Amino acid sequence: MAETMEAVEPGANEADFSGVDRARVIEALARVMPPGSLLYDQEDLRPYECDGLAAYRQVPMVVALPETEAQAAEILKACSELRVPVVARGAGTGLSGGALPHAHGVVLSLARFKQILRLDPVARLAVVQPGVRNLAISEAAARHGLYYAPDPSSQIACTIGGNVAENSGGVHCLKYGLTVHNVLRVRGLTMAGEVVEFGSHALDAPGYDLLALVHGSEGMLAVVTEVSVKLTPKPQLAQCVMASFDDVVTAGNAVAAVIAAGIIPAGLEMMDQPATAAVEQFVHAGYNLEAAAILLCESDGTPEEVSEEIERMRAVLEASGASEIRVSRDEAERLKFWAGRKAAFPAAGRLSADYYCMDGTIPRKRLGEMLKAIQGMETKYGLRCINVFHAGDGNMHPLILFDANVSGELDRAEEFGADILELSVALGGTITGEHGVGIEKINQMCSQFSVAERTTFFRVKAAFDPDGLLNPGKAIPTLNRCAEYGKLHVKNGQLPHPELERF
Amino acid sequence: MDGTIAGWVEQIRQAGAEGAALEIRGGGSKRFYGQAPQGKLLDTRGYSGVVAYEPTELVITARSGTPLDELEAVLAEKGQFLAFEPPHFGAATIGGSVAAGLSGPRRQAVGAARDFLLGVQVIDGRGELLTFGGQVMKNVAGYDVARLMCGSLGTLAVLAEVSLKVLPQPVAEASLRFEMDQATALRRLNEWGGQPLPISASFWCQGVLTVRLSGARAAVEAASSRLGGEILEGGEGGALWLAVREQQHPFFAGETPLWRLSLPSDAPVLALAGEAAVEWGGAERWLRATAAASEIRAAASAAGGHATLFRGGDKAAGVFQPLAGPLATIHKRLKQSFDPAAVFGRGRLYPDL
Repeated sequence: MAETMEAVEPGANEADFSGVDRARVIEALARVMPPGSLLYDQEDLRPYECDGLAAYRQVPMVVALPETEAQAAEILKACSELRVPVVARGAGTGLSGGALPHAHGVVLSLARFKQILRLDPVARLAVVQPGVRNLAISEAAARHGLYYAPDPSSQIACTIGGNVAENSGGVHCLKYGLTVHNVLRVRGLTMAGEVVEFGSHALDAPGYDLLALVHGSEGMLAVVTEVSVKLTPKPQLAQCVMASFDDVVTAGNAVAAVIAAGIIPAGLEMMDQPATAAVEQFVHAGYNLEAAAILLCESDGTPEEVSEEIERMRAVLEASGASEIRVSRDEAERLKFWAGRKAAFPAAGRLSADYYCMDGTIPRKRLGEMLKAIQGMETKYGLRCINVFHAGDGNMHPLILFDANVSGELDRAEEFGADILELSVALGGTITGEHGVGIEKINQMCSQFSVAERTTFFRVKAAFDPDGLLNPGKAIPTLNRCAEYGKLHVKNGQLPHPELERF
Repeated sequence: MDGTIAGWVEQIRQAGAEGAALEIRGGGSKRFYGQAPQGKLLDTRGYSGVVAYEPTELVITARSGTPLDELEAVLAEKGQFLAFEPPHFGAATIGGSVAAGLSGPRRQAVGAARDFLLGVQVIDGRGELLTFGGQVMKNVAGYDVARLMCGSLGTLAVLAEVSLKVLPQPVAEASLRFEMDQATALRRLNEWGGQPLPISASFWCQGVLTVRLSGARAAVEAASSRLGGEILEGGEGGALWLAVREQQHPFFAGETPLWRLSLPSDAPVLALAGEAAVEWGGAERWLRATAAASEIRAAASAAGGHATLFRGGDKAAGVFQPLAGPLATIHKRLKQSFDPAAVFGRGRLYPDL
């Protein structure tokens, strides 16, 4: 309904910040920040030029490293007044360029917000600053028999503020949920520098569910200054079944059969043969290298519960055509099974100079189609792809292998990735399951959402940040950008995959 | 566009042009909840039926006017259910259940309605048909507008379709009964909550605590012998949880105003006059009391939570805990952005939304 929209609607064009006066910004920030917490020399800014998506780089104008919420609020107030864009940043492990700096903007680093403020074993919650690492929360809670359930692969390094911004998942989210299911309250600052609390230490809060809305909002609605997370009792025991299959489609059907049997595994992961071959030489997890695909299926709970569930899993997987089944005999073996899966990304890094990780989610039943299509794309683009897959929830991570030093390979890898994302949407899924849109997948948002839907997103942003200063240019493409992308992408008057029904 | 949807779009655009209000209503089972509905009726019951359901995907998509009974029967045939156990309170529809955002006894263990909502198709106050979220469990493309609809009481948009995550029904369940006062019950519930026990519901009322265990047969048996208590035999356990969910338990009878206090689970027994009941491991407290709203709200706030005048009483003091500061501003702007002519649910949640 573009024709009915007034010109004043947010999101028509990219905002222009080229008029920002660098000297005035530095002067204003220096007034509210202690010495040593403001960076603006080129060499100091360089480490902030990218996040985990190193293909996109931009040196920021200024980096501010506040130590208190009050300082962060002053920074935001000053930037609001001077109309300077602000990009909040945690550990910088994000994979979609969500923390890519703005050339005329300030990077607001929360790296100094590292305190666990409260850990309450009775209320089963931890109140932490946003720069606390995901794994550090579980480590601190361990002595109470508790842990923080979401476990993204980067959990050693990634911070909880970033987890909120991306609504991070992990390998256990089919049973234990995503970040949004495990956070009780987020305290933050609006772009105007006002303190705001979303959610509460009760299980809900009055009014609209703004707590859900800020999860996955990629730092575009508010800056997180404190997070209260739910702690979960640590299961007494976990055991893992490793099943091998001669065919990826049979493995996909086995996943469906497990769910159909009424089992919700604690983790359910699939790797294809190129992926197992890549990791086996790296970690020696004992994977069956003859298998076209392997499934890792985990049960956790009380010892009674686990032994009952493992037997049910084994029966279903056997009936589904598994060629080999192994059950972890002890904790060491269970960890070995998982070590391979968790090493998939580093293994890809050993196989190839560079790799490009995709993140689409599709209905599980379309897995076979997707994998076949990816095989076709490998030929089309002349690049290899290895597949690891959160099978339980349909979230795929194809890793496209390329060498950025070979002319044209990066472009081909990006086109390959874009093809996978477009197909994810066409198969009834989404372009990103847990890594976020950031700058990386912003063009594919034009395929997944209509003009009216994208305009709604801009209005939602404006409700929190009327001047559009928080992380501008990310996650939601402007009408103008989509129009440009559409011109490039509709080939011979046809959308990609015209044979598929759009939903 | 479907004819029913086209009719709604027309009705919405006309109401917007005339400055009129619309009451979005499904089964009308929760009309008592919130402030009195205003405006002409937009009846969702004509837009009914399950659109897609594949048990192995753990997702069901249904039109908003689908009766909750009907949807639950479809799931039960495949041994699955809506794990957040929404109350029916009569002829509820799935759209109304999502819009009200209420969850039943299992909420403490599995999450609330909002945790199971994956996607929506809505019509906003401009008459635009919009889709947010989807039918997959992990989806971070765009802001989570779908969950924003949950609990918005029809003040932002009309729900046309909803997609929900479903779960397999537990293999085994057992209910245990203990006699103890409220303070002891709260202490026990919080202790048990910190242990890997399969507790799926709890209800304390008049000196009796009942807990429900759900899960693998062996796990339920092991926990049951560990916790002790008196096992409810036959259908007694199931009947109790149904009565609690539907507020047909004797605690909920009578005309005394019913307050719902949502508190941190370890908040102490509140010093408020009136009869109390406890659910959700201590995080949901019910109160039958005639005290002033300001007194009850102050006590809930001091304990770190909020209070809702759930049924009866004088709604002039507001049904929901008032919002202030930037939160109130963000609410107003969100309302304005989805429904600029204030067509939907006028005043139902707060006077100025």
